Amino acid sequence: MAQEHKLEIFRGTLKFKSNTQKIWGVLIFLTLVTIVEVVLGIYKPESLMHAWIAPFEGGLLATLGNLFLSPIIYMKPLNLIFIVLTIVKAYYITWDFMHMRDETGALRRMVVWTGVFLVCYLIFILLQEGGYIQGVYENGFIKTDF
Amino acid sequence: MDTTVANTGTEGKSWGGGKEPLKSSYGKMMMWFFIVSDALTFSGFLAAYGFSRFKFMGSWPIADEVFTHVPFFHGNYPMIYVAFMTFVLIMSSVTMVLAVDAGHHMKKSKVTWYMFLTIIGGLIFVGSQAWEWGTFIKGEYGAVQTKGGNILQFVDSDGKRVAVSEMAISVEDERVRHLRKNGLWFVEEGPLPVYTVQEVYNGLVAHPNVHIRTQDLNEEGEKTILSREESLTKLKREGTLVVHGANLEVNEYGASLFADFFFFITGFHGFHVFSGVVINIIIFFNVILGTYERRGSYEMVEKVGLYWHFVDLVWVFVFTFFYLV
Repeated sequence: MAQEHKLEIFRGTLKFKSNTQKIWGVLIFLTLVTIVEVVLGIYKPESLMHAWIAPFEGGLLATLGNLFLSPIIYMKPLNLIFIVLTIVKAYYITWDFMHMRDETGALRRMVVWTGVFLVCYLIFILLQEGGYIQGVYENGFIKTDF
Repeated sequence: MDTTVANTGTEGKSWGGGKEPLKSSYGKMMMWFFIVSDALTFSGFLAAYGFSRFKFMGSWPIADEVFTHVPFFHGNYPMIYVAFMTFVLIMSSVTMVLAVDAGHHMKKSKVTWYMFLTIIGGLIFVGSQAWEWGTFIKGEYGAVQTKGGNILQFVDSDGKRVAVSEMAISVEDERVRHLRKNGLWFVEEGPLPVYTVQEVYNGLVAHPNVHIRTQDLNEEGEKTILSREESLTKLKREGTLVVHGANLEVNEYGASLFADFFFFITGFHGFHVFSGVVINIIIFFNVILGTYERRGSYEMVEKVGLYWHFVDLVWVFVFTFFYLV
């Protein structure tokens, strides 16, 4: 069975001669990403440990700004980097190891959009509520330290 | 006469059937659908972990201080072993995809060899996870739990951890384990902790350089260390139980929810790896027996490969949210 593989990664900037070569290339890339993650995780650079901008204060515009920029306002840059790198790794595992790159567009969208939409919804609901309960604890409505 | 209608007279028309818009076989598509649903299960778990973590944002354990062990080495090596585990799993994913590729070219001996390596990688990973669980359950320094369920750990003046066994001073204790034969026959009690809170308190009094470290994170994201007086009063007033290691009830590293989620999520993932190894072994023997050679297609290897890569994919997320973030 001769199967056609798309042999380009990074939007065509890197083209491999055979599927086997592409697999090793992706392995090298994933290993590099993991090494970066581990090194950052061990050393935790001080400059990445605090959010770069403070939340805006004021009216509606400030609220909207906080909403749109929430990943850089409310998250440590280090954690943001970890999450982005994780999604990058997940992309290459799915696209090249699971051959999503070679499937039809319809199958790809069916799997990816469904998953991404439901997961985003789940994360939003649970983290929002977790943050609320944390506020209840912090404001001393419930005693936890005794 | 046929009892079913085999021909509808619409062959070749749009709704005549036989169309494959996704250009994918039934088996592969069902594997994808299973993966989507399983991915949602895992995201449910990880989102629940995120919920609990947001809830205890100011006191969650720091993973770098929990997972610091490497087999056969003493000392403090955060992240190294789990990075090794991640690499093993990615590597076994690579051998799997090489097996699938060899299958496309109908090279039986290569498929056999790569499947074998994949199975070995999976076994190393499951073994490492078992070791990690063992270390986590056994614990290292021990701690005292308060009435409110919080954990008090002990550090010396340099901020280095002090084990409960190093400082506790034994006293003659008349507390006897309650058994059916010496008490109420319908009530049982588990083994008593090695040290009582009173013994730990005596030890704290006798070691003037030891302080209590609470779970609360300060401005720098480090655990708060109490002064001598605060340490003594806190332990005296609030300490109820000496705990060693982690299980589903207590956790010497901090919030007991952390241990619960650790066991639940890595356990569920480990179960996936284990079942993946079993399925890989079945397929491996089928390859050796020549089942797919006779069938003329190695698509079964591809399907089990999808599952195996998915297990790797989940680990990438577990790694990030348990060990990094």
